[in-house]
Amino acid sequence: MLYREAGDFKTSYVADSQTFPIKFDRYRYYAVLIIGFAFIPFVINDYWVNAIFLPFLIYSIAAIGLNILTGYCGQVSLGTGGFMAVGAYACYKLMTAFPEVSILIHVLLAGGITAGVGVLFGLPSLRIKGFYLAVATLAAQFFLVWLFNRVPWFYNYSASGQINAPERTMFGVPVTGPETAAWAAYLFCLVLTVFCALIARNLTRGMMGRKWMAIRDMDIAAEIIGVNPLMAKLSAFAVSSFFVGVAGALFFAVYLGAVEVGEAFGITKSFLVLFMVIIGGLGSIFGSFAGAAFLVLLPVVLKLVGVDLLGWPTDLVAHLQLIIVGALIVLFLIVEPHGLAQLWRVAKEKLRLWPFPH
Amino acid sequence: MLDQTEGFVTEDGRKIGPVVMEMKNITLRFGGVVAIKDISFDIREGEIRAIIGPNGAGKSSMLNVISGFYHPQEGEVWYKGAKRPAMKPYQVARQGIARTFQNIALFEGMSVLDNVMTGRFRQMTSGFWAQALWKGPAEREEIANREAVERIIDFLEIQHIRKTPVGRLPYGLKKRVELARALAAEPSILLLDEPMAGMNVEEKEDMSRFILDVNDEFGTTIALIEHDMGVVMDLSDRVVVMDYGKKIGDGTPDEVRNNQDVIDAYLGVAHD
Ligand SMILES: Nc1ncnc2c1ncn2[C@@H]1O[C@H](COP(=O)(O)OP(=O)(O)OP(=O)(O)O)[C@@H](O)[C@H]1O
Ligand SMILES: [Mg+2]
Repeated sequence: MLYREAGDFKTSYVADSQTFPIKFDRYRYYAVLIIGFAFIPFVINDYWVNAIFLPFLIYSIAAIGLNILTGYCGQVSLGTGGFMAVGAYACYKLMTAFPEVSILIHVLLAGGITAGVGVLFGLPSLRIKGFYLAVATLAAQFFLVWLFNRVPWFYNYSASGQINAPERTMFGVPVTGPETAAWAAYLFCLVLTVFCALIARNLTRGMMGRKWMAIRDMDIAAEIIGVNPLMAKLSAFAVSSFFVGVAGALFFAVYLGAVEVGEAFGITKSFLVLFMVIIGGLGSIFGSFAGAAFLVLLPVVLKLVGVDLLGWPTDLVAHLQLIIVGALIVLFLIVEPHGLAQLWRVAKEKLRLWPFPH
Repeated sequence: MLDQTEGFVTEDGRKIGPVVMEMKNITLRFGGVVAIKDISFDIREGEIRAIIGPNGAGKSSMLNVISGFYHPQEGEVWYKGAKRPAMKPYQVARQGIARTFQNIALFEGMSVLDNVMTGRFRQMTSGFWAQALWKGPAEREEIANREAVERIIDFLEIQHIRKTPVGRLPYGLKKRVELARALAAEPSILLLDEPMAGMNVEEKEDMSRFILDVNDEFGTTIALIEHDMGVVMDLSDRVVVMDYGKKIGDGTPDEVRNNQDVIDAYLGVAHD
């Protein structure tokens, strides 16, 4: 089967604004969903889940969140780690305060609380832009980590200062806590990732997304043609923080199980997610997945090839990883700000015309 | 003096409505620079009103006052029979005043279609959750507005580029896309700041035709700034002439053409 638009005519605007306008893309998307839901859970083990699948799914949500703020709305943020911490601690407080309520609801509520905090820290964006806003979000990052370290109420006065996820179940199957099976944790995160991706996709292809992009491309013109900049920016902060908060809650409750805030949600986390968005592609939901996959897989592959196969020392491989990531960031920022997603689009464009490029 | 609340018919048979917008004694200063000095004029429903004048006369500033982007130190803006309070630009836009810019202000990273769809903010009001879930009302609204936007795209003959990112378009087409975005709002007043600047003769003819058609078919009131005298005389029903922030002429193209002050300003007679 050829990758073609021809013969795949859109007879309505509904069809034309679909997420995957080309049939082949649509089928591939369904195939990925079927494999994700009906195949992978039966074959994965603890190693694959913890090394690849959980971090990939959770970072994808965080990257979608940051991409909405930075890629779609043009507001740079270095506070992603801090906002993930808000999601994690909100989830922890809810789990321990209301043990009988479903963990799913706690995770979503944690996202909601993070959205509120995000709006609060987004207020300066109405006055300041670019570099100065980045510095303000950096301040938020440090403040939030400091807050969760210093105020014992947040970690329920535990002696270690850590938070630990108690066991919670969905349909009788544990999804948090030490008894959790690999497939259960995976499925729980997968459902939330698909949910978040769909919401993000719907928002970005509608009026909301167009307002965000208008603010990103030229805020003064956007305002003069009728976009309320206050509402557009704050809604981007809210939606973005919701996703980041959900990611933080999952990162703590399902993935790590126990968290020390500075270690799990420090400034390196902010940069990691930002790098995912830059490498994957600013302003693309697919790119958020691509960037998350790339940065989750890179260390695994490097270790596999470098350490296990070629027998290089571990620290050399670790340095190699830093060099590769650094070089890629510079390369993408200069050559292709729309990241892997754009490379993918260009490849598809070529494929669509193949074998007659003119 | 014509009646404010009644229309009239021009010599060439065009129906002009009552006054829809009135600028009363507007003065706008930037520090020591007086960009607009005590100017009054009105815009009538259904007319094409031109604002002309040499560079730096204050024409764009006047449009920015109407848009709510600049707030004059003195004077009042009356719209649809009521004094307009101080407003933010987006609030003015929501009252049905759309515009284009002297230096194109499109959203470069978005496709032509998305740019024009952004102009539909007045018609697309479905709430956050409806949009997030993309069900029922939000989808129906998107489709209905897409149809309206496609009509505008057909009208301005830009079908072939609807999916192209605006940043890749040549200048002349960008000007047209900007007009499409303004039209998408279905404005009652359309403000055009030098819609033909930098165009060749052919492009100017196209643009003139579009402006006349918009005025004709949708009955849109248009206020436009233009330097090309031929175009102004052809298109407009009435002309305001500005020079150094002052109004030096106001009337039909013929009246303005024969006004001595206007002739002096354009021939560059020394100011005292
Ligand atoms: N934001 C501003 N700050 C300071 N001065 C301004 C500002 N905007 C306009 N001016 C000044 O106001 C005067 C009128 O400018 P304006 O842009 O309105 O002229 P114009 O008639 O549109 O000219 P052109 O034909 O060159 O576009 C100029 O002297 C200009 O320098
Ligand atoms: Mg001007």
